[in-house]
Amino acid sequence: MKLENVVSETASVVPLVESLAHTRIWDCYQCGKCTAGCPMAAGMDIPPTRLIRLLQLGHAERALEAQAIWQCVSCQTCATRCPKSVDCAGVMDALRQLSAERGVATPEQQRTVLFQKAFLRNIRRNGRLNELELIGEFKFSTFLHGRSLSFLFKDATLAPQLMKRKKFHLVGEKAHDRAVVARIFARCMDNSLL
Amino acid sequence: MNLAYYPGCALHGSSNDYEQSLRACLETLDVHLKEIDDWICCGATAAHSLNQKLSVALPARNLALAEDEGFREMLAPCPMCSMQLLKARKALAEDEALRRSVSEIVELEVRGETQVLNLIQLFETIGLDRLKAAVKAPLGSICAACYYGCLLTRPASVVEFDDCEQPRSMEKILEALGGKTVDWNYRTECCGAGMTMANEQTVLDLSHKILSNAAAHGANCLVVACPMCHVNLDMKQPAIERHYGVRHAMPIYYLSDVVGLALGFKPEALGIDRHFVRKA
Repeated sequence: MKLENVVSETASVVPLVESLAHTRIWDCYQCGKCTAGCPMAAGMDIPPTRLIRLLQLGHAERALEAQAIWQCVSCQTCATRCPKSVDCAGVMDALRQLSAERGVATPEQQRTVLFQKAFLRNIRRNGRLNELELIGEFKFSTFLHGRSLSFLFKDATLAPQLMKRKKFHLVGEKAHDRAVVARIFARCMDNSLL
Repeated sequence: MNLAYYPGCALHGSSNDYEQSLRACLETLDVHLKEIDDWICCGATAAHSLNQKLSVALPARNLALAEDEGFREMLAPCPMCSMQLLKARKALAEDEALRRSVSEIVELEVRGETQVLNLIQLFETIGLDRLKAAVKAPLGSICAACYYGCLLTRPASVVEFDDCEQPRSMEKILEALGGKTVDWNYRTECCGAGMTMANEQTVLDLSHKILSNAAAHGANCLVVACPMCHVNLDMKQPAIERHYGVRHAMPIYYLSDVVGLALGFKPEALGIDRHFVRKA
């Protein structure tokens, strides 16, 4: 790939992030308060302050492929404490969306990506979340992806305990007008992404 | 008092014990909930992680449904739902073009007039004096670590509730009911939220720190107002104990559990017997 292509492709990510997150990347003056308060920063490959810096410097592709964006728990501490009101949690959301749309999410974090996708497919189908179905679908998709039998059956003992406590319904609730839910999804996103 | 009720998926699923206790309390306090007809999921973390437009549209449809039923106030006891609803409401109020386009997307006019309350705010609206007057069994044996987690107070510009670093609203309710509370460090730290299934280790690590800090400050229980926090701290507590080789044995109550106990309900009437961690 030619250098100018690389520059233009990654440069176009920043305005997209800014418009999705309704925030200005260049407002960040790198004080590090977001990283200081982040409960996940210690285990991140690229902590929040550096993710923002990568965007400022036009290295968006490295931000989109970071483990960190899928390790983020969306606790909103970064955005709340930013002295420049940069919505760092919103930037994380925008990076996740773009990373998933472009299929560049890191392999190590695929489990989280698969979970979020299974969650949305479940809502698109039912209007409301059916937990049993979600767990089944998520476990099945991660099994297809990684062939891990131990993960497939992990937590299996929780199911009867939840049943005993009447916390699981075998037949989940559904919204009546599920057709409108499907139309809302179709108007918001490319359905093939899920 | 009549208000709209948006239960959200958790309260009609594995957190139905939360709904059981809040319904018991509110009926006693003469608050009548009308569940929004044909509400849909708010989209939660999955929507705001994968599609920004969807994460506004899904809650916006619920706001419109509540408005169409004529309600000015709506209870959303799950902080994820209430934050999503408030975030959508704010985005639509600030951008008329967006409001019009989202109204078309969700096939209903979204005016954004309905106020969204979390459970703490509802108890505040009912009034601490009224709560105090209704107490039948003061919470003398309770020394609670009130745990707010993330979304009750954050993002502050969206939820506009309490102090986002040093909240006190739950402590005030507990103290009005005759309970004691502790000062501790992890009241607004994250428990791992929706990572329970996809990234369990995160939940074990973060929730272990919360439980340890609460115990170190002398708490004999945690009080939460979030179904996700309850799942991670209660249902996952045995897994945390196994992973770290410790014994926490820390009961986790919903705010409505402790209010209900003070109002004289038996634990079984509130669903407390369906929690994973029992009182020692």
